[in-house]
Amino acid sequence: MAQLIDDDPRIIEFDVRTDEMLVNMGPQHPSTHGVLRLVLRTDGEVVSEVEPHIGYLHRCAEKIGENLTHRQWIPYTDRMDYLAAMNMNLGWALAVEKLMKYEVSEKARHLRVLIAELNRIASHLVGMGAYGLDLGTFSPFLYAFREREKILDLFEEACGARLTYSYITVGGLTADLPPGWLQKCEAFLDQFEPIIKEYHALLTTNAIFVKRTANIGVMSRELAIEYGCSGPVLRGSGVDQDMRRDGEAIYTAMYDGYAFEVAVMKDGHYPRDHEYPPVPADAVLGDCWHRFFVRMLEVVQSMDLVRQAIDRYSACKGTIGEPLKLTEKMPAGDAYLETEAPKGQMGFYLVSDGSAIPWRVRARSSSFSNLAVAPELCRGCLIADVPAIVGSLDIVMGEIDR
Amino acid sequence: MAEFLITTVGLSEWLAWTVTAVIAAVLVLNVIAGGALVFIWAERKIAGRIQDRLGPTRTGGRFGWLQSLADGLKLLAKEDLMPEGADGMLFRLAPYVSFCASFCAFIALPFAFDFIGCRLNVGVFFVVAVLGLEVFGVILAGYASASKWSLFGAMREAAQVVSYEVPLGMCVVVPVMLAGSMDMVTIAEKQAGWFTNWYLFHDPFTFVIFWVYVTCAVASVNRAPFDLAEAESELVAGFHTEYSGLRWSYFFMAEYGSMFLVSAMAAVLFMGGWNGPIPVASLLGLSEGTGDTANYFVRLLGMFNLLGKATLGVLVMMWVRWTLPRLRIDQVMTTCLKYCTPIAAAMFAGAMLWQLFLPGGLVPGLDRPAGEIREGWLEGPGGRGAAAPAASDEKVAQVISSQVNP
Amino acid sequence: MRGPAFLEKLEAALPGAVTGRNLEALDPWIEVAPERIADVSRWLKESSEPRFDALECVTAVDWCEPDPKKAAKVAWQPRIEMVYHLWSTAARVSLVLKATLPRWKNDTPGELPEIPSVAGVWRTADWHELEVFDISGVNFIGHPDQRRILCPEDWEGYPLRKDYEMPLDYHGIRGR
Repeated sequence: MAQLIDDDPRIIEFDVRTDEMLVNMGPQHPSTHGVLRLVLRTDGEVVSEVEPHIGYLHRCAEKIGENLTHRQWIPYTDRMDYLAAMNMNLGWALAVEKLMKYEVSEKARHLRVLIAELNRIASHLVGMGAYGLDLGTFSPFLYAFREREKILDLFEEACGARLTYSYITVGGLTADLPPGWLQKCEAFLDQFEPIIKEYHALLTTNAIFVKRTANIGVMSRELAIEYGCSGPVLRGSGVDQDMRRDGEAIYTAMYDGYAFEVAVMKDGHYPRDHEYPPVPADAVLGDCWHRFFVRMLEVVQSMDLVRQAIDRYSACKGTIGEPLKLTEKMPAGDAYLETEAPKGQMGFYLVSDGSAIPWRVRARSSSFSNLAVAPELCRGCLIADVPAIVGSLDIVMGEIDR
Repeated sequence: MAEFLITTVGLSEWLAWTVTAVIAAVLVLNVIAGGALVFIWAERKIAGRIQDRLGPTRTGGRFGWLQSLADGLKLLAKEDLMPEGADGMLFRLAPYVSFCASFCAFIALPFAFDFIGCRLNVGVFFVVAVLGLEVFGVILAGYASASKWSLFGAMREAAQVVSYEVPLGMCVVVPVMLAGSMDMVTIAEKQAGWFTNWYLFHDPFTFVIFWVYVTCAVASVNRAPFDLAEAESELVAGFHTEYSGLRWSYFFMAEYGSMFLVSAMAAVLFMGGWNGPIPVASLLGLSEGTGDTANYFVRLLGMFNLLGKATLGVLVMMWVRWTLPRLRIDQVMTTCLKYCTPIAAAMFAGAMLWQLFLPGGLVPGLDRPAGEIREGWLEGPGGRGAAAPAASDEKVAQVISSQVNP
Repeated sequence: MRGPAFLEKLEAALPGAVTGRNLEALDPWIEVAPERIADVSRWLKESSEPRFDALECVTAVDWCEPDPKKAAKVAWQPRIEMVYHLWSTAARVSLVLKATLPRWKNDTPGELPEIPSVAGVWRTADWHELEVFDISGVNFIGHPDQRRILCPEDWEGYPLRKDYEMPLDYHGIRGR
C-alpha cells in the first residue's frame, strides 16, 4: 500500500512538511563584527546548528613575521586586535623580551601599564557599545564611542596614531609622554567615572537588555576551560583567572604593587570595591549578561589601575630608556608568553635560530578560541540570540584570522 | 465644497464631487508625504540629540531642514534593483500596497471638527481595519524578494501584527463604548472642554488601557522595541533588504504615515482629539455663533491641536526607539498574548462596569465639559456641521445632551 | 610540580612515551613520541597532578632550510615540530609538549606527516589543529572534521612551510 502511494505521481504530500533552511549570516552582515560568516541551520526561528567560517581577513601575519626582525613585526601586531593595539604590542614585546631576558626600566614598566589599561578601557567600550547595537539599541554605541574618542585623542598625543599605535615596542616604548599628558588623562578619568552609571542604566540594568541576555548562551565553567576560552568570556563563567595576576613572572612583574581585584563572581558576588548594580534574578553564571557585566567591571578596574600607574609613573625619576635596535640579535631558543589582552589571553610564541629575524612566529589569539565555542552555545537558540551570543564573546576578526 | 462648486461655480454634479475628492485626496496625501519628510528630518535630529551628536546641519541652511528632501532626491536617482530570483510583479506591487493602506486610513481621520476626508460612522473600525492591511505589503515584499532574510522579516511581521491587532482592537473598543459611537468625530467631541474630560482621565481603567494602546500601537507599526521585521542586527534589513531607491522610500513613508496615524488615533480616542487640554476657543469666547471666520479659526486651532498631539506621540516613539534595545520575537509574542491581551480585556470589563455603576465619575461634575457645550455646533445654524450625515448627528446630539442634562 | 617527580609518574604510567625533556628552558618542555601524544595528553588532563585542563595553543614549527647553501651549514635535521602549550587553571602552571614529525610522510613530498589528534581531549585543539593542518600541513588522525580553516578550500600548498612558494595564479588573480 505504502508503495502504491509513493509511486502515485498525483499524490504529492499528505501533510505539511517543514524543511530546515540554511541561512548565511555574513560575511556581509551588520552584526558579525567584521567578516565572520555564520552558516545557520534553522527551523523557522529556531537555530539548530551554527557553523562559523573564518579566514576572510587572513593576512598571513605569521608568515610575514618570519621575514622581519622582531621590532619590525610590531606594526603587524597592531593589526590583529586593532581595537586594543597597545595590548597586542605589549604581548609581542614581552614575548621577545622574555626570550632575550631583557628588562625594561621601571618608568617604562609603569607607562606600559598605564597605556595598556587605557587601551583596555577603549576596547571594552567598543565591545559594550557594539553589543548594544547587536541587541538593537543604537545610542549606547555612540555614547561609548564618544568616550573612546577621548582615549584615542590621548593616544594620538602620545604616539601620533589613533588606531595602530606601535607605541609599546621591544625594549620599552617608542617615546615618552608629552608634557601635560598626565593631567589630561586624569581629567578624562574624572569626567568618565560618572558616565559608567549611564551605561549601567542604558544597558546593564535595562529590563529589555536583561531579558535578551540573561540565561542566554549559558557556558559552564567546564565548557569554558575545555574550549580554551579566556578573558571576560572565561571569567563570565566564574573561572577565577587573570593573567595579570596568574601569568608568568615577566608579565605579573609589571603589575607588582598594583592593587586590583579580578572581576569574577566568587562565592556568589562580584568584587565590592565599587558600587555596581546588582545581578538580576534571571541571570545565570556564564550567560551573556555575566560576560557583559565582567567587561563593565573591568572598565572600572582599569580606571583604578590607570590612576595607580599615573602616580607611580610620575614618581619615577629618569627616562623610559631606549628601545632595542631593530637588528638586535635574539638568542636561539623559543619562548611563549600569554598576556591578558582585553579580549582574552593573547599568546605569542617565538622560535629563534639566533638571528634578529624569528624563525617562527605564532600568535595564539584569544578570540579564535572564544569563537570556537559559539556553535556549542548557539545550539537550539533563536535567530535573534545568535548576535546576542556572538556579540557577548566580543570577537575581533583581525585577531582571529591574523 | 461640492455644493459650493455646484451652486456657485456651476459645475456639473459628478465633476464637482470629483474635484472635491481630488482636493481632499491631494491634501491628505501631502499630509503623509510632507509629514514623512518632516518626521524623517525630526527623527534624525532627535536621534542625533539623544546620541550626543548634531544630526544633519548643512543641507538647506541652519538646521539641515532640507535633509530629507535631499535624501528623497538621492533615492529617486538611485538604481532600481530587483534580485534575479524575485517575483517581479509582487516585488513591484508590495511598496504600493503598504503605502496605500497607510494612506487610505487617513481618509477617515478627523483633523478638526469637520476637517476630515470622509466622515464615516464606523471611522474607528475603518482606520484599524485599513491599517491592518499594511502588513500585506510587508508580507508580499518578504515573499517576493527571494531572500531568506526578507522572508524571516515578513513572517515575523505577519505573526506580530496579527497578534497585536487583538489587544489593539480591545483598546480601541473602550473609547468607542464610552462615546457610544464609532464615529471618530463624535468620540472626540465627547471629550470637549478641559483635559479632565479626556477619556485618558475618565477612569482608572481607561488610563491603564491608554498605555496598553500605546504599546500595541508601537508594535503594530513596527517601531522599536518591536521592530522585529527590520531588526537590522539580526535580519540585515528584514523585509526591505532587497529594496532600494524609491520603492524603499515608499516603505519608509508608509512607516512614518502609520506612526502618525496611530498617534493621531491615540489623540482622538484618548486625548480629546482637537479639543485641547485647555478649551482656548471657548475661553476666548469663540463659538459657532460668532460667525464663519471665527468658526474657521476655531477649527484651524483644533487642527493644530490635534497635529501637535499626534506629533508628540510620534516624538515619543522616536525617543523610545533610540533608547531601548529590541525584544526577541518570542518575547514580543509573550508581551502581546500574556500581558497586553489579558490586561486589555480586564480593563475593558472594568471600564464597562465603571460606566455602569459610576457613570458620573467619582467626583460628580469633574467630567462635565467646563466650557460651552457644542450641542449647537452639531445641529449647526446653517454651519458646516450640517454637511455631516444627519442621522448620526441627531444621535450624537442626543447622546451629548443626555450626558449634559441627565 | 614541573620537576622530575612529575615526569617519573608520567613515565611510570605511560612507559616509553617521553623521549626527551628540557626542564631548564624558558618554558620547560617534554618531548613525546608522536604516536603517543593523545595518550599523554589524556593522562595529563585526567590523571596527572596538577591536571592540565586547558590547552592554550597548538603550533607546528617547520625546521627546513630551502636554500641549499645555507642548508649545508645548519646543525639541525629538517623536521616538523609540533608544540602544545598546556595550562592548568587550578595550579596556574604551564607545560609544553613537543613532538617531532618528518617533514613528509615516508619522505615523499606531498604526503602529509601524521599525528593523532588531541581534539578528543581538549576541544580547543579542534580549531587549532585545523589551522595547523591548513597552514603548516600536518595530518591529524582522528580529527572530527579536517578542512582548511583560514585559506580558501581549494588553496594549494601549506603557506607556513619554509619551502612554500606562492602559486603564480589563483582563479585568475596574480599571486607573485
